[in-house]
Amino acid sequence: MKNPRSFSLCRRGFPWTKPSAPRRRFKPRNTATLRCSHPPRPAAAAAVPVGSRSFRRQQSPARRAPAQAAAMALAFDEFGRPFIILREQEKKSRLRGLDAQKSNIASAKAVARILRTSLGPKGMDKMLQSPDGDVTITNDGATILEQMDVDNQIAKLMVELSRSQDYEIGDGTTGVVVMAGALLEQAEKLLERGIHPIRVAEGYEMASRIAFDHLECISTKFEFSADNIEPLVQTCMTTLSSKIVNRCKRALAEIAVKAVLAVADLERKDVNLDLIKVEGKVGGKLEDTELIYGILVDKDMSHPQMPKRIEDAKIAILTCPFEPPKPKTKHKVDIDTVEKFQTLREQEQKYFDEMVQKCKDVGATLVICQWGFDDEANHLLMHRNLPAVRWVGGVELELIAIATGGRIVPRFQELSPEKLGKAGLVREKSFGTTKDRMLYIEKCANSRAVTIFIRGGNKMMIEETKRSLHDALCVARNLIRNNSIVYGGGSAEIACSIAVETAADRHPGVEQYAIRSFADALDAVPLALAENSGLSPIDTLTAVKAQQVKDNNPHCGIDCNDVGTNDMKEQNVFETLIGKQQQILLATQVVKMILKIDDVISPSEY
Amino acid sequence: MDRVLKDDAVEEKGERARMASFIGAMAIADLVKTTLGPKGMDKILQSTGRGRNVTVTNDGATILKSLHIDNPAAKVLVDISKVQDDEVGDGTTSVVVLAGELLREAEKLVNMKIHPMTIIAGYRMAVECARNALLQRTMDNKENTDKFRSDLMNIAMTTLSSKILSQDKEYFAELAVDAVLRLKGSTNLEAIQILKKPGGSLKDSFLDEGFILDKKIGIGQPKRIENAKILVANTAMDTDKVKIYGARVRVDSMAKVAEIEAAEKQKMREKVQKIIGHGINCFVNRQLIYNFPEELFADAGILAIEHADFEGIERLALVTGGDIASTFDNPESVKLGHCKVIEEIMIGEDKLIHFSGVEMGQACTIVLRGASEHVLDEAERSLHDALCVLSQTVNDTRVVFGGGWPEMVMAKEVDELARKTPGKKSHAIDAFSRALQAIPTIIADNAGLDSAELISQLRAEHHKENSTAGIDVITGSVGDMQKRGISESFKVKQAILLSATEAAEMILRVDEIITCAPRRREDRM
Repeated sequence: MKNPRSFSLCRRGFPWTKPSAPRRRFKPRNTATLRCSHPPRPAAAAAVPVGSRSFRRQQSPARRAPAQAAAMALAFDEFGRPFIILREQEKKSRLRGLDAQKSNIASAKAVARILRTSLGPKGMDKMLQSPDGDVTITNDGATILEQMDVDNQIAKLMVELSRSQDYEIGDGTTGVVVMAGALLEQAEKLLERGIHPIRVAEGYEMASRIAFDHLECISTKFEFSADNIEPLVQTCMTTLSSKIVNRCKRALAEIAVKAVLAVADLERKDVNLDLIKVEGKVGGKLEDTELIYGILVDKDMSHPQMPKRIEDAKIAILTCPFEPPKPKTKHKVDIDTVEKFQTLREQEQKYFDEMVQKCKDVGATLVICQWGFDDEANHLLMHRNLPAVRWVGGVELELIAIATGGRIVPRFQELSPEKLGKAGLVREKSFGTTKDRMLYIEKCANSRAVTIFIRGGNKMMIEETKRSLHDALCVARNLIRNNSIVYGGGSAEIACSIAVETAADRHPGVEQYAIRSFADALDAVPLALAENSGLSPIDTLTAVKAQQVKDNNPHCGIDCNDVGTNDMKEQNVFETLIGKQQQILLATQVVKMILKIDDVISPSEY
Repeated sequence: MDRVLKDDAVEEKGERARMASFIGAMAIADLVKTTLGPKGMDKILQSTGRGRNVTVTNDGATILKSLHIDNPAAKVLVDISKVQDDEVGDGTTSVVVLAGELLREAEKLVNMKIHPMTIIAGYRMAVECARNALLQRTMDNKENTDKFRSDLMNIAMTTLSSKILSQDKEYFAELAVDAVLRLKGSTNLEAIQILKKPGGSLKDSFLDEGFILDKKIGIGQPKRIENAKILVANTAMDTDKVKIYGARVRVDSMAKVAEIEAAEKQKMREKVQKIIGHGINCFVNRQLIYNFPEELFADAGILAIEHADFEGIERLALVTGGDIASTFDNPESVKLGHCKVIEEIMIGEDKLIHFSGVEMGQACTIVLRGASEHVLDEAERSLHDALCVLSQTVNDTRVVFGGGWPEMVMAKEVDELARKTPGKKSHAIDAFSRALQAIPTIIADNAGLDSAELISQLRAEHHKENSTAGIDVITGSVGDMQKRGISESFKVKQAILLSATEAAEMILRVDEIITCAPRRREDRM
């Protein structure tokens, strides 16, 4: 399929005679534009230029003057004839130098602008409609960007940026994008003044280090213990206050903190969030959301007549089906005589009998199985008074094993009494008017696995609550790992901005400008906060900044909720130190990367 | 400016986004608005699928479920209606209308340059206040069985009065209440079977204490059994295949085939013998029963019923108190089901099997009769609504009056709150009260009454302490709801209030709508 010719350097005169030229007609335009998720566009659509409007506008000068575009990648052989270096060069558009940087910055800014209004407790939500028509309403930066389905390469970098903040910290996904946008905006001004992008990038790097260290200075240690969870709850509340669930942020924050503490290993300062299962079911109201010290499985008993409530259950956790064994190698059992037919039948009955008997023998009072049951086995289980649950997912099975202290048993032969899990109470609960049932496994031997069960008026609400709770859980985890906090409401950014500003003057060289711009960019977050809260942004920011310098108090921030004080210490608005530090580091890194790009070669769209 | 989104994606911001969602939500609310209340009208829905099936309905959830909607905000409303249906079963129209009214009021406020966040803050205060107001005025007759029953009757009649069954609402209310009380507190409505048989009139519908299975009795088997012992089973009675993986029959002569066939027959015969060995005289299987075993059963004088669907089996097991069996080796420990009489009955043209005198009275069957399929479908939906509401009320016995009474009670309290609250929020609280009052207004409008006159009278009436006034649509005047016996379940009202506000809040918070490019389908020419 690959034509070696297209890789070699072709003479410029060749395209008209090149054998690949007619072949191209069969290919749906350029192979490079095809993405696996996109089926080839129908032929009718190809007649219309598909490129986005603005993209084409940029390319249009290049198209009008092909000589100029070609000049960019022109090389000459010893006879002075031009070579074409890029494959199908005439089909590609190219941006170089300042143009490339400006176009990149513009698209990154566009992404940041979308998220800007979602920042802070008064931030608005975005409604996203997926290609399949599903609606998501969210305030979470990472989710918005993920579902936005961006096309632009630089915009994708911003999506990545927000995602990595999400993976690493879990919270502050909006803030990091807004900050990167602001940094790029400042960089654009510097570039216009003729400062080399690399110098800007270096200046930013220095400034980010200053900000990073300064955050360390203004942070406070935060004492909490298993008995005193108030500080943790306060921090989670700060996170939740910007979400739609802020109606009952107190209750949710408490749930999140309790859940994290239940699974946390305070000695090692480690939290395995996988042990917290978040399950949602529409119906009821948000206030009904509860924390279950145990596991909730969206399954019911395999036989409708099995008991719905088991106390002091001994649970056999199986990953083998209640069916005759299926050897992995291909085989055939040939039946050619009546005797064989009969023995096979007896064998089969014995299988079922033995399987159930084994479970019964080890003393199990509940069987949880990853696979399905044969009707006969199901009846036998019921008959022997052994309740069972089938088709339980692998992840849930693991959680059940952890919670009940049991072992996952892959074969009936390996069942033994000590491998059984123990739970104080297993019960089935039904919801609403439909036949939705769920299985609660509570009072487990090892309460290190918990479930948060979310209720809410509609599907979107539940999804958004899940995302918000995830953020809150991450914050609580980060605090357990590192109990330093900084104050929120933009106060940390303002303090850093002041610190960077002062440090700038001590730097000789062009970097000084970049550092100063970094300080300006840091103001973007408090500015956005003030703007979203309906305050006059510049007035508020300057007032707060002046106050910080005057009182030497880094806790002054934007009073978003109109409480009356802008001392964030009094308002109890906290954020984690590592979250803030990570925001600055990640944003700087991405900005540096974008600034270093000076050549964009993209397949053009026709 | 550069575009960062994919080609066909649409992005709407700020005012435009807000407008798009307001318009979408209000359009949906207006669509179902006319079905509200006892004099609400029905809608005809024609499906785009094959056959162009027609549904005539008054049920909000059914209408909205069948619509294909593109507007994201409208989808939120459809979703809350669906949840309402799953959770409490009734009030599916009201919840959408209330959310629509809340957004209509919010739009006015936004035009007055009040920030959506302020409106949300106001709505939150208002909804809390409204809920408390309603909570204080609930009635609970849990202790008094007779009174509770009459409460249930009232609720059922109120629910049914807006449906197709309104002509015979007393009759059907009686049916529904009886059926639900038999459940003894469980909300598992599966135990109530609704059979639809065209023919006759709605009045001919009846509740059967026993159980009716829509099956025929095998030929040559007894048509009537007294003191039946029933074995309910889920087992293969066709060819009992070998379940060991990879087994296949491989023979080299015709004689062998015959032998194996005989063995198979023998196997089946043994199975049947085992089943007969349970000492039963009726055998009900979920799967098919082939001619051969059927013949054997007929010889033994046993009534064999094949292919009862899964729910039928479960219900039958529930009603007769038997186990669902799949193996038959230990007859002594299998619990058999019992009933007094099994007989074949005729409803209309169809023969059905009727189990009467069953042990456990939890399940029952409601047989609906009516002129056409459409009528029956709608009757089933209405009855389902009523059953849902009743079963929820049995669990949460708090009851409020109907006919716009709860809305007026809430509106009054919310008005008070608005007067006491300083700041811009009070506008939003005021708006909330107006949205609440819109519900009785719509009910009156739908009935062709002078809503402005009625609502103002109602409000004046409610200014007195402990008023029980509501709109009586039948006489077209303000009346005493207690005397008219118009009640609703508190749980339903509360769910309407909370989820409507939640949805309105969600839509209000949106300031940007990003619609991704629709997934392209391959053109199949």
